[in-house]
Amino acid sequence: MLESRPKKEAPEDDRSRDHAIVPRGSTFRYFRRPPPPPPFLQFVIDAAHSGGFFFARAPNPQEDTMLKGRHLIGPRDFTVDELEGLFILARRMEEKPRDWLDAAKGMLLASLFFEPSTRTRLSFEAAMLRLGGSVIGFAEPGSSSAAKGESLADTIRTVSAYADVIAMRNPKEGAALLASRFSTSPVVNGGDGGHHHPTQTLTDLLTIRNIKGRTEGLTIGFCGDLKFGRTVHSLAQGLARYPGNRFILVSPPELRVPDFITKEVFEKEGIEYIETENFETALPQLDILYMTRVQKERFFNEEDYLRLKDSFILDGAKLRLAKTDLAVLHPLPRVNEIAVEVDSDPRAAYFAQVRYGMFARMALFASILGVA
Amino acid sequence: MLNIAKIRNGLVIDHIRAGFGIRIFNWLGLDKAGVPVAFIVNAPSKEMGAKDMLKIDETIAIDYDVLGLIDHNITVNVIENEVITEKIHMTLPDRVENVLVCKNPRCITQVEKSAPQVFVLSDRTKGVYRCEYCDEARGEIDLR
Repeated sequence: MLESRPKKEAPEDDRSRDHAIVPRGSTFRYFRRPPPPPPFLQFVIDAAHSGGFFFARAPNPQEDTMLKGRHLIGPRDFTVDELEGLFILARRMEEKPRDWLDAAKGMLLASLFFEPSTRTRLSFEAAMLRLGGSVIGFAEPGSSSAAKGESLADTIRTVSAYADVIAMRNPKEGAALLASRFSTSPVVNGGDGGHHHPTQTLTDLLTIRNIKGRTEGLTIGFCGDLKFGRTVHSLAQGLARYPGNRFILVSPPELRVPDFITKEVFEKEGIEYIETENFETALPQLDILYMTRVQKERFFNEEDYLRLKDSFILDGAKLRLAKTDLAVLHPLPRVNEIAVEVDSDPRAAYFAQVRYGMFARMALFASILGVA
Repeated sequence: MLNIAKIRNGLVIDHIRAGFGIRIFNWLGLDKAGVPVAFIVNAPSKEMGAKDMLKIDETIAIDYDVLGLIDHNITVNVIENEVITEKIHMTLPDRVENVLVCKNPRCITQVEKSAPQVFVLSDRTKGVYRCEYCDEARGEIDLR
């Protein structure tokens, strides 16, 4: 005998319907699951969902590469083809920047920085201004209503009513994804804690593409703070999509790449990687060396920071071990992990990288605003 | 040897990892369900060494997704007239909302309390779920 006792039904809201999970609020967590449809009916339903029996959806390159109105939250939000389109556009913008001076005229960027930043914020703002658009926003949370206790969701609902596009940095991981759920304008993640920094990935991929002529078949070394370094997480995921790339991860044991990269990306996709503490043996193998700073702001414990901050330093002597066509990248700012003497070496690409970053963001804004 | 009487019509939640029975009991709210329930802990098991079991003396609807989340090795036997008429094996849902809670202190859900707690299945063979916001894998005790 089924259901002999009257019982409290699960609330009929979207959440329970979508996910077949009863929220904690219900007194008894029981509800009747709908019986599965018979096999033939399931086939009909599946066919309807996938576009019908006779009119399968043909791929439309125009539509599939359309970025207008899209959010950029993680490093894999855009396809490799869409990224390629952005890189080509960035190159056109770099060659003839004056052609783009009025492209986004009358459009507004909201630059919301809940965490201090110089480079990324100025790069976003310079990109919008060079497209002829305007910029509003704040550079620290103290000057926003977040200081009054407003939720991020409410801040985003408000700002997206004003701006055509939002660029946001927030110290909390997943903040950009949450913002995108409440925004009526495209949201660009300018860094969410130690999680992702996809426009830095655009910058890094564009730099590698411009310097090495390709983004595949490379040996890439990441060095420094690989645990909290969001640029590392995003670039590793970005480069893992191109064939033939292998990774050498140089860090102290405490600052290793988290397993959502090693296990969920590298191992799942069969990508070769090595974790090591030996910088000197890794260096001669590398085509790209991506140095990172040990970030004080990511540590809850100052003692740990002081112990680890000088773990790996690239200087002229170490650089002599490397290939002559190595490219040294760094998301900047640097503290002391790259000695100043390296700046004059032709392999130092980190200041060129800053410039490419602005063109990458120009191409991104022009595309998601639909003015490319 | 402890003996628990057979149930005539109802459910037996079997193969619960020893020590996890209380969590299932609590999650299902069986103390408030108003039906007789036998809760057996550390029952000897050939396969598992020791296991927990729940015998519910009435057939009630259960959210099997949540059972699967707690322990996907669980089986539920449906008993009718003292005979097992169905053995239900757990499957892992692809996505769960407001069931697991993220314990990462850096996650946005720690400060945006109104945000739904969403976890996505990232490894079906190992039963790994990750927070949709911060990608942190859930721990054993992260059930909300």
